[in-house]
Amino acid sequence: MRAARNALRIGRVELLLYFRDHSAFFFTLIFPLMLMLLFGSMWGNSPFEGEAFGFIDFSVSAFMAMVIATSGIMVLTTNIAAYRERGILRRFRASPASPVAVLLGEVIAVFAVTIAGVVLLLLAAIVLWGVRFWGSLPEFLAAFLLCSISLAGLGFIPASLARTARGGLVAANLLYFPMLFLSGAAVPFRMLPPFLKGFAQALPLTHAVRLMQGVWLGGSLLDYPLELAVLVAVMLAGLLVACLFFRWE
Amino acid sequence: MEETRVLAVEDVSKSYGRIDALCGISFWVEKGEIFGLVGPNGAGKTTTIEIIAGLRSPDSGSVSLLGLDPQRDEDRLRHHVGIQQQESELPERIRIREAMQLFSSFYGSTVDWRALLERMGLSDRLDSFFGELSGGQKRRLFISMALLSDPEVILLDELTSGLDPQGRRMLWDLVRDMRDSGKTVLLTTHYMDEAEHLCDRVGIIDRGRLAALGTPAALVAGMPGGTRVTVTPGRSLTNDVLDQLRGIEGVTGARLERDALVVGITSGRVLVDLVGLMSGLGLDLEDFDVERPTLEDVFLSVTGRELRD
Ligand SMILES: Nc1ncnc2c1ncn2[C@@H]1O[C@H](COP(=O)(O)OP(=O)(O)OP(=O)(O)O)[C@@H](O)[C@H]1O
Ligand SMILES: [Mg+2]
Repeated sequence: MRAARNALRIGRVELLLYFRDHSAFFFTLIFPLMLMLLFGSMWGNSPFEGEAFGFIDFSVSAFMAMVIATSGIMVLTTNIAAYRERGILRRFRASPASPVAVLLGEVIAVFAVTIAGVVLLLLAAIVLWGVRFWGSLPEFLAAFLLCSISLAGLGFIPASLARTARGGLVAANLLYFPMLFLSGAAVPFRMLPPFLKGFAQALPLTHAVRLMQGVWLGGSLLDYPLELAVLVAVMLAGLLVACLFFRWE
Repeated sequence: MEETRVLAVEDVSKSYGRIDALCGISFWVEKGEIFGLVGPNGAGKTTTIEIIAGLRSPDSGSVSLLGLDPQRDEDRLRHHVGIQQQESELPERIRIREAMQLFSSFYGSTVDWRALLERMGLSDRLDSFFGELSGGQKRRLFISMALLSDPEVILLDELTSGLDPQGRRMLWDLVRDMRDSGKTVLLTTHYMDEAEHLCDRVGIIDRGRLAALGTPAALVAGMPGGTRVTVTPGRSLTNDVLDQLRGIEGVTGARLERDALVVGITSGRVLVDLVGLMSGLGLDLEDFDVERPTLEDVFLSVTGRELRD
């Protein structure tokens, strides 16, 4: 209970710090929006042939997955690795805030950023293209939550293993950029050459994108057993690595 | 006796891979004491203090702090023990106000952090970012943080490194005030004058071992050679004169260093005979100087003069 309160306090301050860090701000809130505006202005939102939905209807949830990945992998990993290297985790460690509270606080801040980014995308998509939602809201929220936790868990793997801030940044980049462009999050999946599509199956973000898109367009969670399994497995792997290898300094 | 013992460190060892940082350290600290650890770089001071705080685990040996085991009761101890680490940081762009609010919110009850910062001379920096503070200001901020919970035991790792003389005096007063209000302070320092004037007892650590332990006065008194008298006699001296000086009871040695005469004596009482003889011999006493050994001399004689890695 006390850990939860402390986590909220830390999360609040971390959120403030996030808004003071312009590059994190840009990559989570502005960059996905820019991409959506770019592709949206090219392809508009008129329905595809034989479908009820157009490009934005189809892609807005993929851009949401991009926001989730950016906060979960880039922001979380680089923050934690930098905090460790600079000795900020050491200072928290010497306070009564438990380790769990500190990490949870980071996750809370990052989750708040994700929500802000998603709302921003949604507003733009509604205002500019009158985007429509075919799914069930509880199921979509569940998919959103699962993807957020799972990709934050993925971010905890480099965050736990990296010894230096630079190492954390490199690892985060290696995870993030291939996933971003191959999963269908930033670049529509159908634009990829076939040999990359096969490779993309191995990326957790591909499954997050497919789940989010499927549920957005009216599918049910249970239509995506593979995606659910992969995301849950990634989440558990992240948790396991963090428990085994997380270091304060 | 036992119940006034706030901290007991018993035969604690710790190695990092192949480096043996601590090889069986034992000492205890009483309630209301200011205890100082000094030692060359890499001697094991930080390792000791962080093991006591429960931030690192010893390989063997035991620590009892306020009757608790820092490894097992870390959570409970956090509220009663404040620590200022030698090296720690806060996010660059957190404001001082936000940092103090956040960290004091972790404790159930705290002292007024504004008053703390006021005393530390930081009250006009509340809206500054942490990254904007100077090195000394950061150190003062971390000391304020160590005091937030009004702890019974305060661990200060290099409390005045990088501080100006005003800052050091201010902290000395603060530490003495804490002792006078019944708190116990364990600190490390590289300044021998600080250890000598501030600490009730001092332990000298060298290569992971406690090389000497006692009150500064007792450590200095135990120093072989004792007090040095120097004078420039104004004329050349024969060996015969030196032998006469050596003949005085309480003189431990007499020699010439360039044109200065250096005489070692065991106590100030010897001065009467020494000055009598010197003026009888017609020596010029104009720059007569008496130097008592300091803790620094003890430190150097215990730990040697060569530089540490
Ligand atoms: N985390 C660590 N990993 C590996 N070796 C370490 C670590 N911390 C300390 N050491 C080694 O242990 C020894 C004791 O270090 P410690 O920091 O306790 O010394 P110290 O007395 O505090 O030195 P200083 O006066 O320079 O602060 C040193 O040889 C140091 O290199
Ligand atoms: Mg040290």
